Amino acid sequence: MTGFPRGRAAVVGAATFGMDSKPGFSAIELLAKASFAAIADAGLAPTDIDAVFSTLPEDPFSAMSVPEYLGIRPKMVETTRTGGSAFQIYAMWAALALEAGLCNAVLICYGSNQRSGAGGLVRSGGMPFPYEAPYKPRNPTTSYALAAKRHMHQYGTTREHLAEVAVAARKWAQLNPDANMRDPLSIEDVLKARMVSDPLTVRDCCLVTDGAAAVVMTRADRARDLPTKPVYLLGAADATWHRNISNLPDITVTAASEAAPRAYAQAGVTPADIDVVELYDAFTINTILFLEDFGFCAKGEGGPFVADGAIAPGGRLPVNTNGGGLSCVHPGMYGLFTMVEAVTQLRGAAGERQVKDARVALSHGNGGVLSSQAVTIWGTGETL
Amino acid sequence: MLQRVTSTGEAVFFPRVAQPGTGKGDLEWIEAAGAGTLYSFTVTRNKPPAADYVIALVDLAEGVRMMSRIVDCDPATLTIGMPLRARVGEVDGAAVVLFAPEETPA
Repeated sequence: MTGFPRGRAAVVGAATFGMDSKPGFSAIELLAKASFAAIADAGLAPTDIDAVFSTLPEDPFSAMSVPEYLGIRPKMVETTRTGGSAFQIYAMWAALALEAGLCNAVLICYGSNQRSGAGGLVRSGGMPFPYEAPYKPRNPTTSYALAAKRHMHQYGTTREHLAEVAVAARKWAQLNPDANMRDPLSIEDVLKARMVSDPLTVRDCCLVTDGAAAVVMTRADRARDLPTKPVYLLGAADATWHRNISNLPDITVTAASEAAPRAYAQAGVTPADIDVVELYDAFTINTILFLEDFGFCAKGEGGPFVADGAIAPGGRLPVNTNGGGLSCVHPGMYGLFTMVEAVTQLRGAAGERQVKDARVALSHGNGGVLSSQAVTIWGTGETL
Repeated sequence: MLQRVTSTGEAVFFPRVAQPGTGKGDLEWIEAAGAGTLYSFTVTRNKPPAADYVIALVDLAEGVRMMSRIVDCDPATLTIGMPLRARVGEVDGAAVVLFAPEETPA
């Protein structure tokens, strides 16, 4: 027994807002639009929310500014700043806090205007590391390129394998009317795109968009009385091994290899039980690394695993069914969007991209440069 | 210069007040031999006239890893695992430790 309250908390409301470019909106305005939409989706009023777990890219005090903006007086706040993995960590703490009776309805939320507000990447916190910064790495791209290069050397992964990931994401995005990039994309297109940091071309890199997302979690008993189909949290675990890429001993293995087995044990599942995978694909190498670290294939076999459209629509494993950070949305921290997509799939509300009979979904967050890894396993009522 | 734990001889990088993982505080400074091997690298592409440059992770002979740049080389000739030699140079006016491929004796 792990002690995790398997299936005793659920997402009862979920929403996104402004996933393309929303000039004129600040980050907290985008966050508020998604938050109020998620609360309404849950059939609750803002005053029902008594815990707010939030991140804003440039506001280290979002724990206070978000409740103030929303007009909520929470009993609990959480604002662990691990970048894109924070939201899976919030879901874990939300389940534990709900189980302990510390609160009754948790709002998890994020918003960023990095595309329209800054015209580029917003610095989402963190001091420059004095033992890397003088060499002018163009992070995060440099760190992921170093991992990709090493993976290619160590395991024979090819640029075509990386391109397969981008093409699969695009094919899913073409089924998602909310995705940003829906034009056709071929392996050749990815290979011929502008090289940014070898071996990654611009098409191996995620989008830069605006966007906000929010979910509401309650205890399972209450969830059953609310209007939406509850999506239950079966397991959640995170692991942190480093902050800067020069301090990860083997850059082809991430802390997700430690977090995923713990999350599976809590949920009582194995990779074979997972119907849909929503992982944090900031770069094409991520998908390959994480599918290995989650145990869908052996370390080093991620390239061949994704080949021949295996993770695209109609393939053997549906991965990033919204189009992912590569083709759907990537507003600085993408983690909460993987959770919203997992919820959408398990509700059976994903329209043209719906994975048939999806009962168990993995939603993953990655923070920093392969640094913080958090894995959540979600299930429909049939999995309880 | 690197740190070394006096009692065990293990090298520490980046410099800290104590050895990571153990908290051992008996650290001393040693001069690094300057020998390394290439663990991974990426060519950072720039819009001209800015020049491309090679960012690398280098494993030092002392058993620690650092980020650096590889200079005086054709990036196409770089291979992971190749021996490198450290030198002091500059990036944008700041003094830094750089690496170049180890010259093999003729």
